Amino acid sequence: MADLEQPGHAQPGHAQPDSAHHRPTVMTSGATFGVSPSQTVGPFLHLALGDPDEALVVPVGTVGGIWVRGTVTDGNGDPVPDAVVETWQTCTGDAAVPAGFVGFGRCPTDEDGRWAIHTVKPGPVPAAGRRRAAPHLAVSVFARGLLDRVVTRIYFADEAEANAADPVLAELVEPARRPTLVATATEDGYHLAMRLQGEDETVFFAL
Amino acid sequence: MTTPEPAGLPAGYAPPAPGTNAPLASPAYRSTGGRAPSRPLVPLPPGLHELTGPLFGADRVRPGDADLTRGPSGEAVGQRIVVAGRVVDADGRPVPDTLIEIWQANASGRYRHDRDRWPGALDPNFTGAGRTVTDAEGCYRFLTVRPGAYPWGNHTNAWRPAHIHVSLFGRSFSQRLVTQMYFPDDPLFFQDPILGAIPDPAARRRLVSAYDHDLTEAEWALGFRWDIVLRGPLAVPFEQPGEDDHG
Ligand SMILES: [Fe+2]
Repeated sequence: MADLEQPGHAQPGHAQPDSAHHRPTVMTSGATFGVSPSQTVGPFLHLALGDPDEALVVPVGTVGGIWVRGTVTDGNGDPVPDAVVETWQTCTGDAAVPAGFVGFGRCPTDEDGRWAIHTVKPGPVPAAGRRRAAPHLAVSVFARGLLDRVVTRIYFADEAEANAADPVLAELVEPARRPTLVATATEDGYHLAMRLQGEDETVFFAL
Repeated sequence: MTTPEPAGLPAGYAPPAPGTNAPLASPAYRSTGGRAPSRPLVPLPPGLHELTGPLFGADRVRPGDADLTRGPSGEAVGQRIVVAGRVVDADGRPVPDTLIEIWQANASGRYRHDRDRWPGALDPNFTGAGRTVTDAEGCYRFLTVRPGAYPWGNHTNAWRPAHIHVSLFGRSFSQRLVTQMYFPDDPLFFQDPILGAIPDPAARRRLVSAYDHDLTEAEWALGFRWDIVLRGPLAVPFEQPGEDDHG
């Protein structure tokens, strides 16, 4: 196997790569390539992942626009100033889909661990098993000290009925921890405190 | 808004083999101490949001974004290198038209960042950030300078091996990957707790690029090849009519 594990080349586990072209071969069956491991973003993520425009999933002024704000804190309760939060949503709920909507938002945390994205609230989301999930954002948090991103969701407190029937929130998350995934209403949108570790630790998911 | 009946969704993506990703709590990398979640991750049956993702393409990239060597007043200082390779999924299928973002220290090992304060020289012609999209075969190519190693406070006389930070979106939220690319035969690997946190040595080696003389350009730049493998779809489709396939 040693010769199948040269650096730099994607290598299938059970088949000879197309070494003549230094290219991985498309496999037919049974063989898989080992996945590239994750590494931390480190403290200087802003160089590439810190474009302030990316916090605007929809332009400010969009009908139905909301600010989803949050904080990221560590196990001591201290703010995490070198994290980046990414949100993803496919749908826009009751709002018309604005031109250029891609559904992706990204915001690095500031010195106080705060982040914010401007978006529209999503509608119900198709879930596994032909079920329907309550409106939510899919969320990744990257930070110095996180060797892999942590994956979570942001639900909305004013969707109590949908939240109570959500196949993940209501069935896979223990009741005491559910509030860590539910953003509360604010004057211009919603707010959620995320805690990476410790008491009231945010629920993180394995994908 | 009327919501359509939920459609059957694909089964999702196969998790990386055990040992591929570092445990979030890896004490040798001290920053994990206050930040790694202490509770077990909750397994998530993927819904639509985990099975889709932003399909950023060429619209996110301006001409010249893949060339980090050109500064406002001339060439960046350092050994000019080509970093190129192919993005595939775990089944070997190319991942085309996907955004790759990179950031790195300059040839002195210094980042152009307020919080990087060690006395390595800054280079006015090197910002250290670039982006590109993969082509139809999943191939990508950057021109940059070889980053220097840099010291950090993790342990006594700690130095990060030279590396380039790399961010990829793939085709879905589940394929999102942020990692680091290393250079072959770096003598600093032995004491690096970030690369070293990856349990499987073969997985660790997948983050190390290979010198590739075919990529080296005569009288211009040294070539390093680095292929990237994102998670692939689970083998068993969600709906196999009349079948209960556990293969
Ligand atoms: Fe770094």
